[in-house]
Amino acid sequence: MTVAASTSESKPKPVKAVKVKGESKHLYVSFGLLVVVLVMWEVLPGMLDVPRYIIPTLSDCLAELKNMYAFDKLLSHTASTAIFTILGFVIGSALGAAIGYLLGMSPFWEKVVSPYILALQIAPKVAFAPLFIMWFGYNSMPKLLVTVLIVFFPVLVNVLQAMRTVDRDLVNLARAYSLTRWQIFVKIEMPSTLPNLMAGLRIASTLAVIGVTVGELVGGNVGLGYLISYGGGQANAAMVFNAIGILTVIGCVLYMVLERIEARALHYLPKDSH
Amino acid sequence: MALEFKHVTKQFQSNSGEMLTAVKDVDFRVEKGEFVSVVGPSGCGKSTILSMTAGLYQPSIGEVSVSGERVDGPNPHVGFMLQKDLLLPWRDIISNVEFGLESRGLNRAARRAKAMEVLNACHLGGFEQHYPYQLSGGMRQRAALARTLAIDPEIILLDEPFSALDAQTKLLLQNSFSKVIAEQQKTTLLITHDLAEAVLMSDRILVLSERPGTVIAEIKVDLPHRDEPLKRRNLPEVSEYAAQLFSYLKLEEKAF
Repeated sequence: MTVAASTSESKPKPVKAVKVKGESKHLYVSFGLLVVVLVMWEVLPGMLDVPRYIIPTLSDCLAELKNMYAFDKLLSHTASTAIFTILGFVIGSALGAAIGYLLGMSPFWEKVVSPYILALQIAPKVAFAPLFIMWFGYNSMPKLLVTVLIVFFPVLVNVLQAMRTVDRDLVNLARAYSLTRWQIFVKIEMPSTLPNLMAGLRIASTLAVIGVTVGELVGGNVGLGYLISYGGGQANAAMVFNAIGILTVIGCVLYMVLERIEARALHYLPKDSH
Repeated sequence: MALEFKHVTKQFQSNSGEMLTAVKDVDFRVEKGEFVSVVGPSGCGKSTILSMTAGLYQPSIGEVSVSGERVDGPNPHVGFMLQKDLLLPWRDIISNVEFGLESRGLNRAARRAKAMEVLNACHLGGFEQHYPYQLSGGMRQRAALARTLAIDPEIILLDEPFSALDAQTKLLLQNSFSKVIAEQQKTTLLITHDLAEAVLMSDRILVLSERPGTVIAEIKVDLPHRDEPLKRRNLPEVSEYAAQLFSYLKLEEKAF
């Protein structure tokens, strides 16, 4: 990485100047676009006589956000959703990775269970939510289980796929150096599959928010998903808008944290192929 | 002697179920410190010979022994190197060189010291903190040689280690490999399809026939400068040896 940095610094100045200008240009346009959309959101509903229970304006939403903070325990709902998103993500991806590695080490069992994995992967996981409520009641268990289930598969499938494509020559090299099966797993297979594991985790992080939201929508009286169904019931569109916005922020933060971890963990990959 | 093949035959089951003979009745010896090349047409079982020496699989008939001991599994006295450098991309160069030492009960400091020593011998001092993607192809192959030498093998197996490199890098790398191998007095078996490379680097050349591969000729290269192929290259006899190999492999008949 130090090499890459020093080479880009040694580039001739004019090229660098043009590049910086080009890089920040899309940021300006991006920001400009946001401003245009926000202004239209604020102005258009009033001009077109759209009632606020259909499309609340930006200022309606901000006012409602204040109310939610004051009267609807917004912070505790947000915290609950965030905690269960992370918890479900961690448990689901740990299980997915563990089973992915186990099956990856045993081609026999992989063949035995792969049709069922495929079937379960296709089955819509969110549809399990009412079942979980019947089994576990109106508590946090159903939303945690939906999240675990939805996060589990992309991680499992990515790890399994990567285990199949580990370079056989690397494994032979390790065998020739008399490494044990466990050492081969830790020193060759785990690091070889890391890029795929990280890709699976990134996909899983976006799904985790969906899992928690569906769990909260279907049952319970805690969380942003609950606020969505509560707000919907009262024709309070601004509350629904706000809850969706905060859910999106939770998902983005999780995704960005993973991106950071990935950049750290995979620092040895050259930038262009990354 | 360092390596001995005693009437070795290796058969594989092909996908269609029939038995395929890769090499047949291969019989040769390599003395300690000798540099022997194996040349032959593609698919003649060159790599099978290498894998049996490394102990990755056993002969169907016959016996392979390294330093008088029968090879019946992965063998700590054998170091091998392929066309691919097989450096672990997530490790820096020095940790890559240490890789082969990690199953040998050495402590961290001893491993590091040994790795530094071979890195210096391979003229890679100063690059130990670099990652493989930051090095050129030739340097990566030198790092792979350092990893192979780090385990102090009694015999080094080289499976076409230069075939993925451009012509100039290849010449320089052949030279640096020859020097290091001569300095360390390692017994070496080089598998190659490059006839000139075989003549430039070896003491002796074994010519294999088409499948099922068997040794059809053994040529002693009686030339100086085994440790410096760039010098040996200028000797007029080199082309005679190459022509001799050429005729053994019956390449004229295949040309059109």
